[in-house]
Amino acid sequence: MAIIDKKTIEHVALLARLELSEEEKELFASQLGNILTYIEKLKELDTSQVEPMAYATATKNVFREDTPRPSLKLEEALNNAPDKLQDFFKVPKVID
Amino acid sequence: MKDTNLSSLTGYQLKEKLLSGELTAREAVEGVFAHVEEVEPIVRAYLLLDREGAMRKAQELDSRPKRKEGLGLLAGIPIAIKDNMCTSGLKTTCASRVLENFIPPYDAHVVERLKEADAIIIGKTNLDEFAMGSSTENSAFKLTRNPWDPKRIPGGSSGGSAAAVSAGTALMALGSDTGGSVRQPAALCGVTGLKPTYGRVSRYGLVAFGSSLDQIGPITRDVRDAALLLQVIAGRDPRDSTSADVPVPDYLKEMEKPVKGLRLGLPREYFMEGLNEEVRRAIEEAVKVYKGLGADIQEISLPHTPYAVAVYYIIATAEASSNLARYDGVRYGYRAANTQNIIEMYSRSRVEGFGREVKRRIMLGTYALSSGYYEAYYLKASKVRNLIRQDFSSAFEAVDLILCPTSPTPAFKLGERLANPLEMYLSDVYTIPANLAGIPAISIPCGFTRENLPIGLQLMARPFEEAGLLQVARAYERETEWHLRRPEL
Repeated sequence: MAIIDKKTIEHVALLARLELSEEEKELFASQLGNILTYIEKLKELDTSQVEPMAYATATKNVFREDTPRPSLKLEEALNNAPDKLQDFFKVPKVID
Repeated sequence: MKDTNLSSLTGYQLKEKLLSGELTAREAVEGVFAHVEEVEPIVRAYLLLDREGAMRKAQELDSRPKRKEGLGLLAGIPIAIKDNMCTSGLKTTCASRVLENFIPPYDAHVVERLKEADAIIIGKTNLDEFAMGSSTENSAFKLTRNPWDPKRIPGGSSGGSAAAVSAGTALMALGSDTGGSVRQPAALCGVTGLKPTYGRVSRYGLVAFGSSLDQIGPITRDVRDAALLLQVIAGRDPRDSTSADVPVPDYLKEMEKPVKGLRLGLPREYFMEGLNEEVRRAIEEAVKVYKGLGADIQEISLPHTPYAVAVYYIIATAEASSNLARYDGVRYGYRAANTQNIIEMYSRSRVEGFGREVKRRIMLGTYALSSGYYEAYYLKASKVRNLIRQDFSSAFEAVDLILCPTSPTPAFKLGERLANPLEMYLSDVYTIPANLAGIPAISIPCGFTRENLPIGLQLMARPFEEAGLLQVARAYERETEWHLRRPEL
């Protein structure tokens, strides 16, 4: 049984940048445990000779000429910003 | 004002009335909005209605001469767009607090195409937050109800689009389908829903959920409208490198071919435990219709079907956890107040902005990709995904199309599956395989339960054979009248 403990939940929440409440940690530990138990059924299959499939179509690299094109105007790019200062996005302190 | 009750018209029929001068675009828009005022308080399909923009477009169309060559393919047709496709200058929220006030500076590729085709965009429809769900109950803003029974869910995640088309508050709509989100709500609301081949329609401007699975598709009142709408949105777009450079056939023409002699496969794994008896009987009746049309019916096997849901919930959540990393509160979207440093700002903005299902999936996807678990989960799922695709390619050597139910049950009651996420995930068991394999699939109405709830028939085809899907779906539609039934609201 793939049971997920609180410590694992806290580790994953940190990776995902989610400051979960205690209630959510407990809820997710139990629910993710159930889902992962269900997913265990994949282990029934021998896939040692199977190639992984990342894309639905046979995609190869798609190239284009590296030529300058118009992009969003500064004002448009900043329109949805939660906070800004002059021509910049403003955020809390990054380096102490 | 003339009688402009449009709730029984298809888009194609409405366009003919406009071209003949029987109706003006302005009357069409006024008719739709009058109907919206009447039934939207019950159905609640829309997150945003753009009456002003719709009227402006209608007046512009009415001022042009009504000559076919001067007007686009969708001229004057009132259309709704799922609120996860960017509309320049119109809020695009994904039914999430995170994007509650987000106004895109550009149009999605499909929205550009609709505008070029002279469609009239009337609003943005409700969905499960970031398209994650099967009932539209995960919307941060409102519950949409099934027009056939307002105590029930409309399906999801494109529940708003399906409910609007079913209720007659839009003549056509766009949805997006990552694991069945166009087909399942279409089935549950008694309308037509088509998921094109992966790469058939550009995803540029569609807010990403599972990038190897997502595809935009039409939700309409009949197969002809689905063909018409697909015609407009299909084709290569350099801004989505996965959009395919494959010619787009004339779907309206191809659709009318007879189905005599075509081989239809019934996958035995889709008729096992868990399938509602009334749904099973409706599908069996549909099979009889096809036999009557001279189709060759065969039983087939897609042996890895029982693993599809497990594969999907690893791959879709892994891709989602990566795609949704962009919501960090820096450039757009929700930002938590009074945070002291950047990590706290990210973590609090995300936990306050996302709803529970989105957080659950980000957690699952992050776990599946994290160090030590990647091989056991993501890599394993990617391999089984290949087995599922191979099931389909083998099956398509013996048959031309696959026929099965869209959803194991009719619409369930609001709240019924909220407590158990796994049970909710299993409602997508018949739709997920087509996304994993990247093949096209359509759901069309094929009957009603004793409680008068719609039942959907699903057809699946080889990659880029949407024309064949439409042809086989259209043949059924000509023989039956399920698609003509409308809910009483």
